[in-house]
Amino acid sequence: MSLISVRHLWKEYDDKVVLEDINLEIEERAFVALVGPSGCGKTTFLKMLLSEEIPTRGIIELDGKPIPKEPGPDRGVVYQRYSVFPHLTVLGNVLLAKDLGARGPGTRLLGRVFGAARRAATEKARELLAAVGLAHAADKYPSQLSGGMQQRLALAQALMAEPRVLLLDEPFGALDPGIRADIHVLMRKLWHERALTAVMVTHDLPEAFGLATRVIAFERRRDEPSDGGRYGARIAKDIGIWPPRVAGAPKAV
Amino acid sequence: MRLVNRLPAPGWARVLALLPFVAVLVLYLIASAMRLADNPADKLLPSFATIGDAIVRMAFTVDIRTGTIPLWSDTIASLGRLFAGLGIATLIGAVLGIAIGVLPYLRALLGQFVAVVSMVPPLAILPILFITMGLGEASKIALIAIGIAPLLIRDIALRVTDMPPQQFVKAQTLGASSWTLVLRVVLPQILPRLIDSVRLQIGPAWLFLISAEAIASESGLGYRIFLVRRYLAMDVILPYVAWITLLAFVMEIALVALQRRAFPWFAAARTAQ
Repeated sequence: MSLISVRHLWKEYDDKVVLEDINLEIEERAFVALVGPSGCGKTTFLKMLLSEEIPTRGIIELDGKPIPKEPGPDRGVVYQRYSVFPHLTVLGNVLLAKDLGARGPGTRLLGRVFGAARRAATEKARELLAAVGLAHAADKYPSQLSGGMQQRLALAQALMAEPRVLLLDEPFGALDPGIRADIHVLMRKLWHERALTAVMVTHDLPEAFGLATRVIAFERRRDEPSDGGRYGARIAKDIGIWPPRVAGAPKAV
Repeated sequence: MRLVNRLPAPGWARVLALLPFVAVLVLYLIASAMRLADNPADKLLPSFATIGDAIVRMAFTVDIRTGTIPLWSDTIASLGRLFAGLGIATLIGAVLGIAIGVLPYLRALLGQFVAVVSMVPPLAILPILFITMGLGEASKIALIAIGIAPLLIRDIALRVTDMPPQQFVKAQTLGASSWTLVLRVVLPQILPRLIDSVRLQIGPAWLFLISAEAIASESGLGYRIFLVRRYLAMDVILPYVAWITLLAFVMEIALVALQRRAFPWFAAARTAQ
């Protein structure tokens, strides 16, 4: 069974169709890149996966069940900006996933884990920070980090919550080319080493083909001004990368 | 070099900052000397010696009638009212402002109402406060709180809605409930901004305090100024005004220092956005 199943999905704003009849199955451990021209609705599609936007028609299922109507810990996200919280240290940002996500009356009331649970969470947070190369910066605030380091932190923070799927909205689009290449290496490593399914919106084709197992292009069949927004974008191309990338087997790349 | 590109050296900048203060003092001294030369009994611009006598009388001498030192008892009475009013307004502003900012239902319910209420001139309802709450402390504290709280509520609500929406979604993907979202994400980021808002309201708070004390009071800095006005006692009024200004200025500095100490991340985060 697919992890994510999208069936006959439409999104319209007033009488303007953004997406029409999107059908998509995403397997567990896939890394899907969504590409397409500006305004083709790829970010709108990601927002619907996140429940930040509600589909006009159609169904999105996660693990065979319709996704909840609001964002939740089953779906993590990394944005291009504002992904990390400026008032928390690097370690505090990663710990926040446990502070907010853990169950138990004290945590629900105070938004904070205590005692042994906190020690365990701190250990896991430090392990994740080491994995993204931020172990030395645990006590800094995000504003003291470079753009690349902030996005590394955002990845660690999202992974701390152990989401079923990680949604990436042009996460590396604002970074310098050299920094971007470094973070691509990290992204590949994280995807191979952790139980990670990812859907990434990007306008950078080399990035899409360099990271993903599958590249999906959205495009409108017709996009003339005289159409008056009657045609939404559809899946124009669905390309499996060859040779296939296999999660957990970096040598196969 | 163009004027817009000329920068004062650091030492010069400090001298320039002092210059207007010195200029005002010098102008006062000249005007005062001229008036006193014409009429030694002039009360409008008393000499520094006369003002010094008044300061000693008000700030360092126990008043025989009341058994207290006037300046200090006035200051304690006024600051008590001011802090109570500001404190109540800050609490209301933070709680309601954040609630209106994060809860769309509450925003729909109260947004317009608060906007209208904040347009009511507080001094116009002072008589109502005196009638309903009497002439005691409650009505004065209420005037300050009522005068300031609506503005704080609106300001805080605006700052909450100005927060990047990504942060709200992000917190939910980490498992936040509405309550923990407020507690761990919104409140800590709003507190330093609340300090900024309160800082800007110190001036209006003093305005409301002095007004209330001038109209009906038996103690306080405003009461004293308006009491001695009957005797044209400029030698008392001027140091009192200077003292009130100093108090307000110290409050301002204290809030800035508190913001810097308690929220070390804030200065950089503000410029980053």
